[in-house]
Amino acid sequence: MIPAEHYVILSALLFITGGVGFLVRRNVLVTLMSIEVMLNASNLALVAFNRSRLAHVATQTYVGASHTGQVFAFFIIAAEAAEVAVGLAIVLAFYRLRRTVRSDEADLLKN
Amino acid sequence: MTAAGTIYFYACALLALAGAGGVVASKNPIRGAMGLLLLILSVAGLFLALHAQFLAAIQLIVYAGAIIILFLFVIMLLGPSASTPSDRRGIAARVFGGGLFGIAGLAALWAVVSAAMASHRTMPMPAPDDSFGGIDAFGSVLFADALVPFELSSALLMVAVLGAMAVARGRQGQKSMSKNELEVAASPFPSPPTRELPAQTAGVFSHEIKAETPKETAS
Repeated sequence: MIPAEHYVILSALLFITGGVGFLVRRNVLVTLMSIEVMLNASNLALVAFNRSRLAHVATQTYVGASHTGQVFAFFIIAAEAAEVAVGLAIVLAFYRLRRTVRSDEADLLKN
Repeated sequence: MTAAGTIYFYACALLALAGAGGVVASKNPIRGAMGLLLLILSVAGLFLALHAQFLAAIQLIVYAGAIIILFLFVIMLLGPSASTPSDRRGIAARVFGGGLFGIAGLAALWAVVSAAMASHRTMPMPAPDDSFGGIDAFGSVLFADALVPFELSSALLMVAVLGAMAVARGRQGQKSMSKNELEVAASPFPSPPTRELPAQTAGVFSHEIKAETPKETAS
């Protein structure tokens, strides 16, 4: 059995990779994909912690180990789908204005 | 069993890191999307190893089925301009920021890992029930304890769809005029109405498409 620490370390490495990509890359599409990488890393950490801490819960409908981390990851996935839909719409609108997807051309609010 | 589990974990971990590296390093956004797909598939595999079967299925359906397709759709819609040409301008600041983030993150990770190894305390990994993480147990938690956030997330998705439509549609008006109408509107001397010509229907000998000539100038 792989210990849960390995999953958390992998999640941290994925998060760092995504963060570096978000800061270094200038293509807006790649920036959005880097955000996806970071959110996936956080999902992995949540599920790993949930697997490690199986607190016993007993509600009216469910008796057993708690699913808190997995439910969190589920909602993160839902929020991420919404984020990608709006983000890609913004990318298309930005491309229509500037004919490019470079993020440093987005200076309409400058000055 | 243990050896197979170890090999499975390291294979998935290496593939996930390779996918993340592909997202960050690839020049072509299509390759980046493929790297993201690789990352998502391997994270779904890790979810399976973590006894989260339902989340693995959701990961495959939502990410690989919807988000990657949406990314690919936009990349193909933008065509060759989706990949920006390389440009050295401002690269020092970006590399400094990214390097600072990476080094700080790795240093924090190293500090945590060394402290954890010094204390010799490990996270417990108790054996769950067979139903843990399956659709039965997950659904009974989701629709009882997490019912209000679940309904709110449906509202969030609805608002996101409306917002995406409103943002991506852009301004109508100028864009919706045909090329012929734009030329007529831009010319200082509008061409005389072509009503006195013999009535030509659209066909082999017609010079213009009748449906697109402005009707208002004739009256």
